[in-house]
Amino acid sequence: MPNLLINGQAHQVDVPDDMPLLWVLRDVLGMTGTKFGCGIAQCGACNVLIGGLPVRSCLLPVSSIGAQAVTTIEAIGNTPNGKKVQQAWLDKEVVQCGYCQSGQIMAATALLNQTPKPNDADIDVAMSGNICRCGTYVRIRDAIHAAAA
Amino acid sequence: MGHDMPSRRLLLQAGLIAGGGLMIGVRLPSLARAADPDPSGTFAPNAFLRIDPHGAITFILPHTEVGQGIYTSVAMLIGEELEVGLDQIQVQPAPPDIVRYIDPLLGDQATGGSASIRADWMRMRQAGATARVMLIGAAAKRWGVDPAACRAERGVVHHDASGRTIGYGDVASDAAAQPVPHDVKLKEPGQFKLIGTSAKRIDTPSKVDGTAVFGIDAKVPGMKFGTLAITPVKGGKLRYMDEAAARRVPGVLAVVRAGDEAVAVIGEHFWAAKQGLDALGVTWDSGPNGHVTLGSLIASMDQASQKQGLVAKQEGDAAGAINGAATKLSAVYQLPFLSHSPMEPLNCTLNIQPDRAEIWVGTQVPVRAQKAVMDATGLPAEKVTVNNLYMGGAFGRRLDIDSIAVAAVIAKQVNYPVKLVWTREEDLQHDYYRPYYYDRVAAGLDASGKLVGWTHRVTGSSVMARWAPKGLKHGLDPDAVEGAAETPYDVPATLVDYVRHEPDGMNTGWWRGVGPTHNVFVVESFVDELAAAAKQDPVVFRRALMQKNPRALAVMNLAAEKAGWGGKLPANTGRGISVQFAFGTYLSCVLEVEVSPPGEILLHRAVVAVDCGSTVNPDTVRAQIEGGLILGLGTAMYNEITLDAGAVQQSNFHDYRTLRMNEAPKIEIYQIRNNERPGGIGETGTVAAAPSLGNAIFAASGRRLRRLPFGNGQLQGA
Repeated sequence: MPNLLINGQAHQVDVPDDMPLLWVLRDVLGMTGTKFGCGIAQCGACNVLIGGLPVRSCLLPVSSIGAQAVTTIEAIGNTPNGKKVQQAWLDKEVVQCGYCQSGQIMAATALLNQTPKPNDADIDVAMSGNICRCGTYVRIRDAIHAAAA
Repeated sequence: MGHDMPSRRLLLQAGLIAGGGLMIGVRLPSLARAADPDPSGTFAPNAFLRIDPHGAITFILPHTEVGQGIYTSVAMLIGEELEVGLDQIQVQPAPPDIVRYIDPLLGDQATGGSASIRADWMRMRQAGATARVMLIGAAAKRWGVDPAACRAERGVVHHDASGRTIGYGDVASDAAAQPVPHDVKLKEPGQFKLIGTSAKRIDTPSKVDGTAVFGIDAKVPGMKFGTLAITPVKGGKLRYMDEAAARRVPGVLAVVRAGDEAVAVIGEHFWAAKQGLDALGVTWDSGPNGHVTLGSLIASMDQASQKQGLVAKQEGDAAGAINGAATKLSAVYQLPFLSHSPMEPLNCTLNIQPDRAEIWVGTQVPVRAQKAVMDATGLPAEKVTVNNLYMGGAFGRRLDIDSIAVAAVIAKQVNYPVKLVWTREEDLQHDYYRPYYYDRVAAGLDASGKLVGWTHRVTGSSVMARWAPKGLKHGLDPDAVEGAAETPYDVPATLVDYVRHEPDGMNTGWWRGVGPTHNVFVVESFVDELAAAAKQDPVVFRRALMQKNPRALAVMNLAAEKAGWGGKLPANTGRGISVQFAFGTYLSCVLEVEVSPPGEILLHRAVVAVDCGSTVNPDTVRAQIEGGLILGLGTAMYNEITLDAGAVQQSNFHDYRTLRMNEAPKIEIYQIRNNERPGGIGETGTVAAAPSLGNAIFAASGRRLRRLPFGNGQLQGA
């Protein structure tokens, strides 16, 4: 029975070891901010942060996480970079349908954690794993620059 | 609609709107019915707003939020006249109620066709103004003063002469007793405080902190989770499944069939359901469509396109003019089947009990959604509640209710609430696809390079014939020829006709940009071919054909100027232009691309000029053009649905690609502002993408591509 540390809170969940974290978050713990998009790590909608890095929770077996702390969109605003990114998303009015934006914000926060002043090439590398069918890329780029400023 | 004629002004507005293939009928809900008596003292002067005695203001919005910003834009329309700020209101999606919440342009309670602002521009301002007059009237009566001496600001009535004020909530119950004014004067554009500003979207905060509730996020006490498999070939039937194997998967609760076409597994969570579905090992009989391939469909379309179709436009003797022309051109353009693939996979949460049903879903068509559940359960409308939640994109997919219908058939077989979520693979392989179009165009130029005749025959599926047959005009589908029958150009002789051809084994549906996404590509590409044949610059050639169309000319000139049209570019780089009038909006796009020697297409820069008339929220206009263009460019680069043995071959985002961050061009948008009637905006960018891209590829490489998508190896081939 895996023990999980999510957003600073311990959770004991009675689920199969190979169950991906995404479904534990959404269907067992009721934390629906993390989204299901493709199920094959192609879209990034399911990003969470583990050790400050973005991880695709749709393919991450819950048993592989161990004692590592998981941060989701619900708590990313409690981190300095997460808060800056969310504010930049509001200021630049990035969002359209919004469905991919949890994953985008997690990826952008991870980028700033690694690279406080990213250039366009850094943004391309960090953000190209996240797709947005509404096409908000222009504003995502602007918002990341604004958050880093 | 027997009661309460709409005001003459509203009727006139609706009747005059131009450009929109989804426009079907004009029926208008009443604004002027007497306020509903409400014992709680809530003021509900019309279907669109409520003010309770505590001052809580709720707007009930007939159009649903798919990401286009309509909750904010329509709230701005009501708020402008009601004199309240967006920070003072809550919004709710309208329940299914065709009489009150019909979109008069679509003839249904529906969100699509870039119609919402055109539908709501007058009626929502009238709704707000009517309420304001009644609230002021109630306050004036209480004070014994002339209403004309009062004004409203931020939800408060002021009588400046005496300095008295009273909040809307405090006069709400009195206001309900006020006579309903019938011809309220609306503000002049110069008086607008909200309309025309880039007000912040009201849905953004919840979408950046994970609290927004999309359909897939619905939570119902006691609910279980399901996922399903549908026959991969339309018309196929379930042949075999190992139900016992599925039931052995921990957490699996039920295996439920929906006829022979689909089977669902329900479990304690999606993962159990998915593992159970995999364990079923379902196999299918293909049925009559098992032989269908994309090649066989194209061959039958080619055949069908040889014969004359229904005439959509005929002026002069086009064939004769082309025959006698100094230069004759003809071409076939082909556009693929497309999936919508919104980021949020199809889903529906249902609680179906013997005497009632409730669903939670994001839908563009709440009345049709309700009907789907009624049909599956036999329950009457009043026993079926539809909770319409945010949609994680739609692009037209959620104008169909197949996913709700099958969900209801499944959910009625279990006695607990269930959330059914489609896998991405099921979503992509069971879409209502944008039809394949096979278009024949021909034209003639005289010795001076002047266009003398033009023919365009569209061949493809009619979505309207299935979705809204009453929208056909004497059998002709106006959507199939929108952007072809009327172009920005003045041509002496024109013939446009349409051959309806339904593809075996494929469902077809509305896709972002509808008719114009198809036809503007064909028209703008072929006009570019004509310019090249006439040895003229593409902008100069178009300019000569648009002398009677000043707004189209203005957007093209502006886009060309801002893009530096004619300026020098590096090797292998070119600019392509497109011009369109669609959804009541004029737009021109100049795209700058590089075609590397191996044939790789790089999108550098897009410059767009737009005139959508009266503008509610200019930042939303920009956002929709940016996003629509990027969706359209990715689609034009990469996307096609192909079939083999009757089944769709693509399955997920690895083989049905979306443009990514590193591939998106820089985008500049220039807005021409005026007080013309508003045009639609949500689909305009998508329409411009493929034609400007095809023309830019030609400019960069000399290669004219007539078959979408462009990035499928055509430039690598001979």
